[in-house]
Amino acid sequence: MNDHSSLTIKGIGAAPGIAIGKAYLLERGRIHVPRYRLSGDAAVADECRRFEEAVAKAESDLEAIKKSIRSEFREHARLLEVQLMILRDPAIYDESLRYIKKERSNAELAVIKSLRKARELFSGLNDEYARSRIADVNAAGDRVIRILAGQSHANLGDIRERAIIIAHDLSPADAIQLQVGRTLGIVTEIGGSTSHTSIVARSLSIPAVVGAEAAARLISMGDILIVDGGTGTIIINPSERDLRFYYERQEELEAYVKQITRHAHLPAETRDGHRVGAEANIEVVEEVVAAKDNGAEAIGLYRTEFFFMNRVEFPDEEALYRDYRDLSELMAPCPVTIRTLDLGAEKLTSWFPRLEETNPALGLRSIRLCLHYKELFKNQLRAILRASAIAGNIRLMLPMVSGVGEIFQTKRILKEVQTELSRKRIPFDQNMPFGAMIEVPSAVAVADLLAPEVDFFSIGTNDLIQYTIGIDRSNEHVAYLYEPLHPGVLRFIKQAVDAGHEAGIPVALCGEMAGEPMYVPILLGLKIDSFSMNPVSLPRVKNLIRRSSMKECCRFANKVLRMRTAQEVNQSVRKMVMRKFPEEFRVFEPNHHGNAAVPAQQPVGTQK
Amino acid sequence: MLIDPQFLYRRKTALESSAAESPALVQEFVVANRLGIHARVAAQIVRVAGRFESEILITKCGIAVSGKSILDLMTLICPHGSKILISAKGPDAAEALNALAALFQAKFGEP
Repeated sequence: MNDHSSLTIKGIGAAPGIAIGKAYLLERGRIHVPRYRLSGDAAVADECRRFEEAVAKAESDLEAIKKSIRSEFREHARLLEVQLMILRDPAIYDESLRYIKKERSNAELAVIKSLRKARELFSGLNDEYARSRIADVNAAGDRVIRILAGQSHANLGDIRERAIIIAHDLSPADAIQLQVGRTLGIVTEIGGSTSHTSIVARSLSIPAVVGAEAAARLISMGDILIVDGGTGTIIINPSERDLRFYYERQEELEAYVKQITRHAHLPAETRDGHRVGAEANIEVVEEVVAAKDNGAEAIGLYRTEFFFMNRVEFPDEEALYRDYRDLSELMAPCPVTIRTLDLGAEKLTSWFPRLEETNPALGLRSIRLCLHYKELFKNQLRAILRASAIAGNIRLMLPMVSGVGEIFQTKRILKEVQTELSRKRIPFDQNMPFGAMIEVPSAVAVADLLAPEVDFFSIGTNDLIQYTIGIDRSNEHVAYLYEPLHPGVLRFIKQAVDAGHEAGIPVALCGEMAGEPMYVPILLGLKIDSFSMNPVSLPRVKNLIRRSSMKECCRFANKVLRMRTAQEVNQSVRKMVMRKFPEEFRVFEPNHHGNAAVPAQQPVGTQK
Repeated sequence: MLIDPQFLYRRKTALESSAAESPALVQEFVVANRLGIHARVAAQIVRVAGRFESEILITKCGIAVSGKSILDLMTLICPHGSKILISAKGPDAAEALNALAALFQAKFGEP
């Protein structure tokens, strides 16, 4: 790549904002590793020493990282301990030395050989958890090879200047080391807007683009980059003109965000007096602060998985209880919606039996999994119920409900837990609201049967879209079909809302759609009662709600519901927003006016 | 449980090479913590075993691995309820076995 030509690549906008700065490549697995044969015993002895020193250096690096880990990620520190031990394991350490001595391999090659052997050992295992631990082995080996090859291991914690991080992917271990003050932006080659990196970036308000294929190959260390986390655009070595343009946009954006954030505490009420809820989706209790700062009136979705996945062992009831209690106390008197475990068996860690599933998305997951492993479920329900006694603001929400049967089953189990608690004289909220997520087409079809059995609905559009259209959006071959504005999806939303209202229960929407400003008019028009989204989207969405007219939105929704393709709807929605809220475009999608032709919405569905 | 034959072979050689010599102290244990020997527990075992000079072998279903190798332990796969044999051979065999017994009895500090 030569210095004068700028290059634009596209990814998925994962966390809004514009970052302009130098690239810092967190490249893994693509270093040049010299391989050669040693000549002479002296060379062998030297090489052994070089290897031993590299391991010692890797150890001290790992120790240093361990010390710097933020307290909320203590569990990860323990995993680093495992890596430390792997470095000294006979199968790696002794084996590498043996390759140096016996085969006269240089140290890098020796480590590669012993890693290869270890990998074989792991790949033969039929336990998926155990097999997945090869990641620890690779990480440990990689570190030593990098030290040997004279390339310091790119530790996020080592970055000394403000930079834009470029990586194939950010592991949770990387994410915990992100230095908020020094990270201008993040670009990864894989991932979607719900991947770990995206969530972390959004919660830290760092502009991020994910799924930017080949980014690490096209971008070199130190390149000047413009990263637009709203549109997913990355400009490598931009021209003066681009830079000027984006600096201005950046300023404008910051000013705009500051301004709307100042008004974020105002109610989400349309110009013509229609009030809706503005709630936050959060994953860890610490996010409550961001939620409140951004004007959340409630927690519309507390994802409880993080708590289960981030630890090596099964979280005990006490730990869950403390977590829910803290959340409840922090938000009180505002409601807190706790969603019960929403995971597939494949995501559960060591403490869980492995299942052979060819299609986990349609497998034993979420509420099904909970109903199957009753003790696991009861454990969580007990913790939730106990916490509900504290401030009486907890709502219970079931994910992936497919029919009324699951509601009955859950209620039975809930009753059992309640009886048990009463017997032990442990208090709980008798009237804790009980809701169902609508994210499976069958739930929409029987929404009228579900509604009388629950206290609220919450539409989980991320899954509803995938199950309705029948696509996995992380599958690049069909990702273009991920169309939130597909007429089928819109009809389902309407059907669920209508069924809920018929039965007199509120209907929330907690998918990503709720946080997309572009969708505000259509969702208002579909009569969603409550918008629950990631905290940073709240000011923008609330701002648009306050500037909308419910009457207009209803008329608009009726018009849109008659359209036949997602493209038609998309265009119409964009036109509407552009006309009503021009500054949204000017500030968040600067490209729309300017240079490159950028596809409109992030999932690019341009074909007919 | 299905095991790759190569894998089995490696373990067997480890076992045979040591079985040929003087007798070792052997004790049976049941993995009592709910999660079994996962990576972190394996790390605990290795840390304790590593303090002793004796050779320590951990055997499950006829497969023996070194108690001082985290990779061996991570690939042995011992879920909750597994029965394993620990043998220690060397000058401090009794102490080693006692220390490991304490670890197993405490369920590795886990539920």
